[in-house]
Amino acid sequence: MSEHPDLWLIIVALGLGSFGLRFMFTGLLGNWAMPTIILRHLRYAAVAVLPGLVAPLVLWPSATDGQIDPARLTAAVVTLAVAMIFKRVLLGILTGAGTLFLILYLVA
Amino acid sequence: MSTTTTKSSFWQGFRDGLPFILVIAPFSALFGVVATEAGLNVIEVLLFSVVVIAGAAQFTAIQLMMDNTPTVIVIASALAVNLRMAIYSASLAPYLREAKTWQRALVAYGTVDQSYALSAAKYEAEPDMTTRQRLAYFSGCLVPVLPLWYGFTVVGALGGKAVPDALALDFAVPLTFLAMIGPMLRTLPHVTAALVSIAAALGFAWVPFNLGLLIAAFLAMVMAVQCESWLERRQKT
Repeated sequence: MSEHPDLWLIIVALGLGSFGLRFMFTGLLGNWAMPTIILRHLRYAAVAVLPGLVAPLVLWPSATDGQIDPARLTAAVVTLAVAMIFKRVLLGILTGAGTLFLILYLVA
Repeated sequence: MSTTTTKSSFWQGFRDGLPFILVIAPFSALFGVVATEAGLNVIEVLLFSVVVIAGAAQFTAIQLMMDNTPTVIVIASALAVNLRMAIYSASLAPYLREAKTWQRALVAYGTVDQSYALSAAKYEAEPDMTTRQRLAYFSGCLVPVLPLWYGFTVVGALGGKAVPDALALDFAVPLTFLAMIGPMLRTLPHVTAALVSIAAALGFAWVPFNLGLLIAAFLAMVMAVQCESWLERRQKT
């Protein structure tokens, strides 16, 4: 595909934004305690965004024009299960990718 | 340990950071491959990794860019993934009050999952460390991690063009995300957040500009904290 028209804007904004989040307390607000209620919510930010991002990609993959694909669905379940049980990100990716290749190879 | 020198603090950090090489190298190479597939050239891919240094946020941005999501939503979603950095920052701040501003700025730049996890544990376990020793330990953790993060992004970007289509790379990003989510599901509130996020993201998929994802993230955070409070109340009674 072709490049996103605002690629540079996105890189710069993400760079400044990420640095801002990291510098917010160590650098600027060292003595200001963030309200506990906000901190409690922020702890769940990553696990609140990533599953929602991945769900449509798993259910409606672009490679099959948005049709549910048993091979990709199985690979997704294997990846999540392995990563959850063994707490190893890389192991999850490898077993999931292995599962996907195996199924695609067997079906083709 | 008050007897520890600054130099030995650095090497302690270095040794503690070494095992992460095994994770960082393939992960950043995968980002290089995926970003190249999305149409970025080597320089752009490298800059992404140097400027943002946050795997999950980088993958999020690339995925949404491929879906032609409006720029503002791409930035907001990727930064939402990175909100945990503010927590890391808040947690490290009390230990680094005496450091100079430029030193704290460097720490902020280098605050990633690995350096934070190691340093926060170390500072808590050894409260007698001096500010210099703390900074030395933090830099020690980063030395094995950061150059590899940059370098393997380039390796992935250069090698990515050689990857044949048959490898079903379209699914590399979803699998990577799923593998990152797995270890996050440590407690019931985390599982709640994940389930609400999935349900709401699918339910709000019709909302334009991928805004459904941000709505889902907000609902998921609120429900997770509700679940946490409910567990606490139940424990007390």
